[in-house]
Amino acid sequence: MDGIESEQVVAADAQASGGGGAGSRTPLLELRKMSKQFGPVQALSEIDLKVYPGEVTAVVGDNGAGKSVTLKTISGIHPPDGGEILWQGKPVHIRTPKDASALGIETVYQDLALCGNLDVVQNMFLGRERTRNHLLDENSMESAAAATLSSLSVTTLRSVRQSVASLSGGQRQAVAVAKAVMWNSKLVIMDEPTAALGVAQTAMVLELTRRLASRGLGVIFVSHNFNDVFEVADQIAVLYLGRLVASLPAKGLDRQVVVDYVTSGASSRNGSQLAHADGA
Amino acid sequence: MAEDTAVEKDQPLADLEPMLPADGGRPDSASFASGGVIAFGDYARSYVAKVRSGDSGLLPVVIGLIVIAAAFQISNSHFLTALNLVNLLEQGSIFMLLALGVIFVLVIGEIDLSVGYVAGLGGIIAGKMLTGAHPWPTWMAIIVPIIACGAIGFLQGSLITRIGLPSFIVTLAGFLGWNGVMLIILGNGGTIPINNNVFDDFANANLSVTVGWVLIAALVVLYAAMLWQKDGRRRKSGLVAPPVGLTILKIVVVALAGIALALICNTNRSQIAIASIQGIPWVVFVVLAMLLLCTFILTRTRLGRYMYAIGGNTEAARRAGVNTALIRTLSFTLCSAMGGVAGIIYAGQLRGVSTNVDGGQLVLYAIAAAVIGGTSLFGGRGKAVHAVIGGLVVASIANGMGLLELSAASEYVVTGLVLLAAVTVDALTHRRASAT
Ligand SMILES: Nc1ncnc2c1ncn2[C@@H]1O[C@H](COP(=O)(O)OP(=O)(O)OP(=O)(O)O)[C@@H](O)[C@H]1O
Ligand SMILES: [Mg+2]
Repeated sequence: MDGIESEQVVAADAQASGGGGAGSRTPLLELRKMSKQFGPVQALSEIDLKVYPGEVTAVVGDNGAGKSVTLKTISGIHPPDGGEILWQGKPVHIRTPKDASALGIETVYQDLALCGNLDVVQNMFLGRERTRNHLLDENSMESAAAATLSSLSVTTLRSVRQSVASLSGGQRQAVAVAKAVMWNSKLVIMDEPTAALGVAQTAMVLELTRRLASRGLGVIFVSHNFNDVFEVADQIAVLYLGRLVASLPAKGLDRQVVVDYVTSGASSRNGSQLAHADGA
Repeated sequence: MAEDTAVEKDQPLADLEPMLPADGGRPDSASFASGGVIAFGDYARSYVAKVRSGDSGLLPVVIGLIVIAAAFQISNSHFLTALNLVNLLEQGSIFMLLALGVIFVLVIGEIDLSVGYVAGLGGIIAGKMLTGAHPWPTWMAIIVPIIACGAIGFLQGSLITRIGLPSFIVTLAGFLGWNGVMLIILGNGGTIPINNNVFDDFANANLSVTVGWVLIAALVVLYAAMLWQKDGRRRKSGLVAPPVGLTILKIVVVALAGIALALICNTNRSQIAIASIQGIPWVVFVVLAMLLLCTFILTRTRLGRYMYAIGGNTEAARRAGVNTALIRTLSFTLCSAMGGVAGIIYAGQLRGVSTNVDGGQLVLYAIAAAVIGGTSLFGGRGKAVHAVIGGLVVASIANGMGLLELSAASEYVVTGLVLLAAVTVDALTHRRASAT
């Protein structure tokens, strides 16, 4: 892996653009004792999570640990039952996806959330169509979508007027990522963005993730792939059965510690990590 | 996959700057792989790909229509006479108008079984307003039934979207309920006669030959100008654009269709020497106007875009911030309002409304028309023009079998088989589209 070298370079970048000392920075997003219940299922219990601008916060955990639910509470799909969400230090209520995008939160969902019958442009602008005299302004949307895609080096699409149903899994992922970063977002949430991708596209998405952070955006990155996580993350938060069991700086972190937290909710290897991380 | 990899490696990630456009996107898309005018061959290839993915275009159904027409013409030489073709258009107009409405609900992946009797009710409301001691002004008797029918659709749509009832059941209840309301208003075997010039004209009168030609010419020129401007603008801005030849081809096809329509309708179709009957029926322009309106809503407005999005993936639309309950309710509202338009024409054609209105047959023919035209029952796929072409097919079958003096029973059987065939094609393309 040549990831180590580039990671250090980008980490320095993030430091430069993040601004402020480690202790005094306000998190872009803070979750305080956030809970979510689905009928009898306690999906999340009292999650505390801080996401800083200019950093990639990875969220890891086993299947069903609550990663997707955490993200969906932030993006307004499943408003939380209890707890608080602070946006740039101020408490906010995110009840609908519109609320989230109004704050500058964009999400790439694990289940993609694209309309197969619509074309690439229509999907990228869904819910935020550009209009002229109240009518859809197709040409302007098409130019902007094409510009975004080519800036992401998505060159494998035949046409931006192709229906999404006719795209490969990787191409769909690329469209979903492009859709999320096209807006003036401050926080980009990615739920397993590399799960369906080939080697080259994975590298592209990881690089893109780092670039977003180095521009001062906050990024939440969910993945089961520890190679990916360690390549992009500044912070690693571990969920275990709906509880946040660890939040650790990624730099110099022993991979095995994370594995312990993911599988058992605790780690005997380095007990001081959690306390240390909370102070950051 | 191997190809993708090679491309990606050679291409370093471009600067992120243009993808965070504060001022909206700049049209610097020249670097995008497929910008620019496409060659004819590529267009043909992408058309084939589209057909395979379920968006079949109009060609198959137009070919089907020609086959049906040929078959009936061979069995009865009266089928392709001007008189019969104009009759067919007038019969078909009801199916077309209802199908235009039905497409709004099919696109969002729902169904409306009630629209036939809602249309009947619309006709009754118009009739009631025009008869009695103090008849309402004619324009009111047009507007009010359409709004009333729209309100019925809004009510049914609200039950479906706010309470979460299945549209099949709610509109089946509407099918029974509104039929009952009709019978209550009309009384047993009752009739409301309508003697109103405008209603009569809308449904039964013809334009003069000259006015017909002028209107058709105007419509063709308008279509040509809009298409030329639209495609021209795309070619200029470096977007993916059809070749000039294709633009011209489309215009020529529409112009030919217009000329054919005018020629047929402007032939004297009177069967007695002393009188002449000629001219394009008004109702043709009513259908064309509604076709334009529905096309406009579906393709040029956010409302239409959201209907397709909901039909494709409701959850994705919701996450994109679309008020899905509202949009779905509006689909049912538009469907029923279009039923109101159909009901007014229907009442005009029959010069009144009676208990003979068969809302069940009307709605099944309308759904058949939409599906035969190419609209999917699975949602997300459909165009307003499908209603018109499919309506022509259904009307041709009904009319041709009438000419052959076959019984209504066999007409039902054949229409049922055609509907089944269309739905099968729809299901097969849907399965192929979702398998990829
Ligand atoms: N809409 C829902 N209704 C009911 N229960 C839900 C819903 N969504 C999630 N859950 C439950 O919440 C828990 C956490 O699910 P979540 O999708 O967040 O897991 P995850 O960490 O994303 O797992 P994976 O790695 O498989 O994506 C699971 O027990 C799941 O069954
Ligand atoms: Mg998940």
